[in-house]
Amino acid sequence: MKLLSFILALGASLSLSAWASESFTPTLTDKLPPPKSTADHSKFKELQAVFKTGPEVTKACLACHNDAAKQVQHTKHWTWEVVDAKTGQKLGKKNIINNFCTSTVSNEKDCMACHAGYGWADKSFDFTKEESVDCLICHDSTGTYRKLPGDAGHPIYERKEFPAGSGKFVDPVDLQKVAQKVAMPSRANCGSCHFFGAGGDGTKHGDLDSALRNPSKHLDVHMDAKGLNFSCVNCHKTSQHQVAGSRYEFDASRTGKPQPQGKFDGNPASCQACHGDKPHKESLLHAERLNTHTDTLACQTCHIPEYARSNVGTEKVWDWSTATKMGPDGKPIFVKDSAGRRAFDSKKGNFAWDSYLMPEYRWFNGKLSYKVIGDKIDPSKAVEINHPEGSPNEPGARIWPFKVHRGKQAYDPELKNLLIVHTAGEDHTALWHNFDWPKAIETGMQTVGLPWSGKHDFVATEMSWPITHTVAPKGDALSCTQCHGANSRLKDIPGIYLPGLHKNEWLDLAGWGAALLALIGVLIHGIIRACVPCRKPRSKQ
Amino acid sequence: MITTPTRPGHIYLYKRYERFWHWSQAALIVFMLITGFEIHGAYDNFGFKRAVELHTLTAWTLLTLWAFTIFWQFTTGEWRQYIPTYKKVGAMVHYYSIGIFTHAPHPFQKTTSSKHNPLQRLAYLALLSLVSPIIWGSGLFYLFFAYWKDFGIDQWLTLEGVALTHTAGAFMMLIFFIAHVYLTTTGHTPFAHIKTMITGWEEEEGHH
Repeated sequence: MKLLSFILALGASLSLSAWASESFTPTLTDKLPPPKSTADHSKFKELQAVFKTGPEVTKACLACHNDAAKQVQHTKHWTWEVVDAKTGQKLGKKNIINNFCTSTVSNEKDCMACHAGYGWADKSFDFTKEESVDCLICHDSTGTYRKLPGDAGHPIYERKEFPAGSGKFVDPVDLQKVAQKVAMPSRANCGSCHFFGAGGDGTKHGDLDSALRNPSKHLDVHMDAKGLNFSCVNCHKTSQHQVAGSRYEFDASRTGKPQPQGKFDGNPASCQACHGDKPHKESLLHAERLNTHTDTLACQTCHIPEYARSNVGTEKVWDWSTATKMGPDGKPIFVKDSAGRRAFDSKKGNFAWDSYLMPEYRWFNGKLSYKVIGDKIDPSKAVEINHPEGSPNEPGARIWPFKVHRGKQAYDPELKNLLIVHTAGEDHTALWHNFDWPKAIETGMQTVGLPWSGKHDFVATEMSWPITHTVAPKGDALSCTQCHGANSRLKDIPGIYLPGLHKNEWLDLAGWGAALLALIGVLIHGIIRACVPCRKPRSKQ
Repeated sequence: MITTPTRPGHIYLYKRYERFWHWSQAALIVFMLITGFEIHGAYDNFGFKRAVELHTLTAWTLLTLWAFTIFWQFTTGEWRQYIPTYKKVGAMVHYYSIGIFTHAPHPFQKTTSSKHNPLQRLAYLALLSLVSPIIWGSGLFYLFFAYWKDFGIDQWLTLEGVALTHTAGAFMMLIFFIAHVYLTTTGHTPFAHIKTMITGWEEEEGHH
């Protein structure tokens, strides 16, 4: 018996020690700082010149990098257009409607502050002109290169007041200095547009904001400035200026072993590219249970437990229906929330912001289907401006975390489509200038070449953004109970059986009922036995 | 030669290994019920993750115990205790439903070669041949869910089906447990049977 208990105890302690942790330690070479360039651009005589405009700098760049502009002109960063390979539908910023500023069409002068080019002010823009490519927006290492709304993508050439009427002034960019200090893109370069999508820090994505310039480990385990210190292009591997990892070519369910650095196939901007699809080291006690979750869940679902995890926050709601409402004195007003973020703007309507948000979860196969300009809508329910495709039984679909941004947008109640509104500009029809919806809509619809009934109303809209940045340290990943429990985050997800949450009510009723009956039965039996102790036993048989 | 201990008026019913097996199995099963129904979502005690780990660890421990016990059953011939008999089944039913209240004598006399009364034999056989396969079959499939795809099992089974089968087995075990614990009190004193199961000694009829 002693031997037996010893063996049992040994078995138990072995399994216990093996179950201590399921860890993954990255052994990546990316811990090293990015390699220094072999060329000191400040010594090049081509860059000693005085540059008056951006295109002049580009010409100097192209003198050596003679294919660079051609490469850029084949990218989304230049065309703002993507053609869906299956449907032929034209997508990209040029064609889709978003849930924020709604459309770039007729508003190019403002929007193109984030175009990797110079001079896209309207549809007459020449997409073949090489010197219109903006090299510096991605390659500036000084942090001084700035493009403002209203300049159609040109940097600041003259000292001016910005925002107009604010009393704040911005200085022109020293183009020579910037040109002499070009470098590989850093987080700040990509962030100069992607952190500020939809016109403000953190507004659009929820997992991309200025806190990622210098993030802590808590915010992003890979970009952690004091740790791995990844830049965007560590994952978004770039070749011939084509940046990997776009929402339009989303890899929602990569499988297989990790790929060695430099030998990526498919999409390198996915967790599995480096970690493989079975990254958890598990003891016998877990029997690969954690790893089998990857057949159902995206890595991000557990490893990004909350998004907007800094005080920057993100915008949750943009309601255009209150735009053009004026202050008590009839003048446009701007109201901030308690955290200093925009809450109301006469130009734009109402906003709601928050930080540390729980994502909404959806089945997603990587394909977002979009409402593009002119598409019919059903105003009786919230219009999904984009819709994550995917269903439980699809091999390529996983449950993904999303930021869902909700709002209200102008639509045509007769022709049943969303309206293109001319918002930005100094002309008398621009909404932000003249606060007149019909005039702004008329110009917008004319620019895009679509009919308008002359009526407008507002419809509820929502837009889904897959959450994939700001991966938390493993200690902050979701715990089992956050899904396997009564308050499961995945309560509303169809097609899965979650132990701890799902049960069969009939089985539970029958099981507990039978157990209760058994208990009552034995109690009654026992009580009767206890109540007749005095009765003499009958004569023995 | 090993001599069997003797004690006047008593029979040595349960040997040392038998008692060790019974009580450790009892503890393990109770613990599996506690952790299992937590995993099922009935209450919150250890937390889901820890409950799953403890449930799995206990299952492996119980399987190890069973490996030894099956060996013991066959080398000692004790497995014959589970061969069903219909003799005196009616008398046993009559005793539990009527005789027990009138202090009628127990219709069955325990001996070392026949330790279980006919109803007990049937109950234990049902436990062994019905409840156990349900629980262990579904439990092992549940535990090794991650390997279903490798063997094409996912074509035939759903997690929900396996989980619900396992739950049904657990309810059966719970009901067995309730009845079993109650029936331990039906000896000549409420704790007589439990005492026997601890010491191994059963008082012979007429010596109390």
